[in-house]
Amino acid sequence: MLTVLAYLVVGIFLVGFAHRIWLYASCPAPLKIPTTPAPVTTSGVVWRLFTEVAFFNSLFKGDKWAWAGSYAFHGALVLVLLRHLRYFVEPLPAFFAHIQIAGIVAGLVMVGGLGLLLLRRVLIDRVRYISSPADYLWLLLLLGIGGSGLLMQFCIRPDIVHIKAAMMGMWSSTEATLPTLMVGDFIFIAHLLMVAALIVLFPFSKLMHLGGIFFSPTRNQVDNPREKRHVNPWASN
Amino acid sequence: MADYSVPEIQEDIQTPSLAVGTMEHLKPYPAIEKHMVPLGFPDKRVDNWQEKGIEKLGEMLKKYRSLQVYLDICVKCGACADKCHYYLGTKDANNMPVQRAELMRSVYRRYFTPAGKLFPGVVRAVDFDEEALSKWVTYFHQCSQCRRCSVFCPYGIDTAEITMAAREIMDAIGVGHKYSTEIICKVHDVGNNLGIPKPALKGTLEFLEGDILENTGHEVRLPLDEEGADVLLVAPSADFFSEPHIQSLMGYAKVFHQAGIRYTISSIGAEAANFGMFIGSFAQKQKIAKRIADQARALKVKRIVVGECGHAWRVAYSFWNTLNGPFDFLDPRYPVPQHICEFTYDLLQRGALTMDKEANDQYVVTMHDSCNVARASRMGEKPGGQFEIPRALIRAACNHYVEMDPETTHEKTFCCGGGGGVLTDELMDLRIAGAMPRVTALKQVMKKDKVNFMALICAICKAQFTKILPMYHIPMETVGGVHQLVSNAIQLGAKKGIV
Repeated sequence: MLTVLAYLVVGIFLVGFAHRIWLYASCPAPLKIPTTPAPVTTSGVVWRLFTEVAFFNSLFKGDKWAWAGSYAFHGALVLVLLRHLRYFVEPLPAFFAHIQIAGIVAGLVMVGGLGLLLLRRVLIDRVRYISSPADYLWLLLLLGIGGSGLLMQFCIRPDIVHIKAAMMGMWSSTEATLPTLMVGDFIFIAHLLMVAALIVLFPFSKLMHLGGIFFSPTRNQVDNPREKRHVNPWASN
Repeated sequence: MADYSVPEIQEDIQTPSLAVGTMEHLKPYPAIEKHMVPLGFPDKRVDNWQEKGIEKLGEMLKKYRSLQVYLDICVKCGACADKCHYYLGTKDANNMPVQRAELMRSVYRRYFTPAGKLFPGVVRAVDFDEEALSKWVTYFHQCSQCRRCSVFCPYGIDTAEITMAAREIMDAIGVGHKYSTEIICKVHDVGNNLGIPKPALKGTLEFLEGDILENTGHEVRLPLDEEGADVLLVAPSADFFSEPHIQSLMGYAKVFHQAGIRYTISSIGAEAANFGMFIGSFAQKQKIAKRIADQARALKVKRIVVGECGHAWRVAYSFWNTLNGPFDFLDPRYPVPQHICEFTYDLLQRGALTMDKEANDQYVVTMHDSCNVARASRMGEKPGGQFEIPRALIRAACNHYVEMDPETTHEKTFCCGGGGGVLTDELMDLRIAGAMPRVTALKQVMKKDKVNFMALICAICKAQFTKILPMYHIPMETVGGVHQLVSNAIQLGAKKGIV
C-alpha cells in the first residue's frame, strides 16, 4: 500500500513535470522579446536567471512584502528539504547532520513566510481580488504541511524510528508500514498525505513556475537581434 | 469637444483602492468588413466563434512559448497589479495586468487544463462565452503593450504577449478593432499609416526644404526616392504632417546635411510604424516590414536609419532581422537598423556636428522614456544605451536638463497612455486616465525645476501628449522630439561634414 502510493505519487510528478517542461522547451519562441535592458551575452543571461532564482530581484523591485514573504518561504523550504534527507538516507553524511538546527529554525521561518503571504492575500484589496479558491488552498496546504511538521518537532512526537524505516523501506519492500500507535503518528500520516497531494498536483498547477521561469523569453533571451539573426521556425519567408 | 473627466493630479502617484468595472463601458469601435477582409480576417463575427476562438488559442499555444509559459506559471502574487498606468488611472480591477491576463487564463484553464475542466469553480475557469468575449474586447484594448508589468514580475510575464495573442484570436473570429485594421490597410494601399500619397509627401518635403532655407539660409535637402543614396531614412509618417513631429524631421535632415551623408526617404517605405505588432499578427508584421527591406534593395542604399518612433523601433531593432533578414546587402560596418539617435550620437562623437546649446536656453528639459524603446530595444553597444544616447544628445543640445522621478524613467518609465493601438478618439477616457502617472511626474519637475520641455522619441507619445497635456493644463508645446532640440542647436555650415 505504502509502496504503491510512493511510486504512484512520484511517477505522476515525474511524468507530469517532464511533460510540462517538454511542452515549454519544444514550443518555439518566434521573436526576440527580452525585457530590456537585457544582457547581450549568454553568460549575462545565465547571471540574470541566476539572480532571479537566487534573489527574486524582479519581485524585490516590484513588491517588498511579497518578496519578504516568498523569499522567507522559498529559502527556508530549501533548508527544510535538506534537513529532511535524514529520514531517507542512512548513514547520514556529516553535512546534513550539522544543518539539523538550521533546518528546524527554517521550519519556523517557512511557516512565517507563508503566513505573511496569506495575510497579503487577505488584506490587500488588489491581491484579494485576484485570488481564487485554489490560490488560498495552496497556501493552506503548505501551511498544513509546515504546521504539522512543527507540531511533530516541538510538541507531539511520532515514532520517528519506525517512520524512518518506512521511508527507507517503502521503495523496495511492500511490507513497509506506518506507525499508528501515538497521536504523533497520525499527525505524521496527515503530514505525509498533504505532501503527497502537493507532489501529485504540482505539475497541473501554478507551482510549475519552478521550471517555467527558465523558459520565460523575456528573461532567458540574449539581447542581440541585430548582431545575430533569430529565426522563427514557423515563419514563411 | 466632448466632456471628459480628467483625474486630479496629486503630489505623488497614488495607488488607488480597487473598483470594479469603471471602464467596462469603454469599447473600441469594431472593425468593418472593408478593413478585415484584405488582412485575411473574416468579414464579421463567425457563427461558430466560440469553437474557432478556442481552436485558435490552441494553435497559438503551440506557436508562442511566451503564451504557453505565461498562461501556466503566474502565481498571482500581485506585484504587477499597481504597476500599470491604466490601473493607476482608472482603478478598474481588470486593468491590473494580472487580472487582464486572467481574462485569457480563465478561458485557457477551462479548455486546456485538467484542473479547469474538472474543478472550474476552484481554479476560476470560465467558458468562452458572450460575457468573456465582451471583456476581452474591452480590456485587451485597454492595454498599451508597454511591458512595465513584465519588469516587476518575478517570472517576466509580459502582458503585451497576452494582449497581442488575444487580439489575434479575436481577429481570427472576425472581432477586430477598426483603428488598427484601417491603418494597416492604408499601409498596404498607400505605403504609410496616414495614407499620404506620393505627390503630397513630395510637396511637404519641398515645403520643408523651403522653410529651412528661409530660416537658416542653408539648402538642406529632404530627398524622396533617390536611388543610390547612402542611407534610407524611415520615419513615422506623423513626422511628415504633425506638430511637433515635423520639427524632429527637420532635425534629422539638418544632421544628414551637416554630416554630408546622402540619404533618401522612400515613398513606398516612408513609414516606420508597424501596427502588425499591435494586433499581434506575425504575418502582418512581416508584410508591413518587408516594404522597407524591399525599398532598401531597390534604392541601393547602404544603411537604414529609423526615426523617432517607439513601437517602430522595437519592430525594427528586435524583429526586422527575423522578419525579413538577413540584411547582408547593407554595409556591415553599421548596425541594421540604426536609430536616428545612434546615428546622430555617432556623428557627434566623431566631431562632425557643432551645437550651440544657447539656442535652447529658453528650455528646461526633461526626458520621457518611451516604453518600446526603454523596455523592448537597445541603442549602442551596451544595455541601457537606449537611455544614455538620447540623453547625451539632449545634453549636447541644451544647457538645462533635469530628470523626473527615477521610479518613472528608464525601464520603469510610464506609458504616455496612447500606445499599443489605443491612440483613437473613442478610447479618449482611457488615454486621459492612463497619462496620469506620467503627468504627475512631469508636474513635479515643472514645479520644482521649472521644466518646460519634455523631450522624447516616439510619434505616438508626441500625438498623445499634445492632445492630453492641455487637458491637464499643460501647454502642448511642452512636448517635442529629441531631434527638435538638435534642430535648434545644430550649427549649419559651422564645419565640414565627415566623409
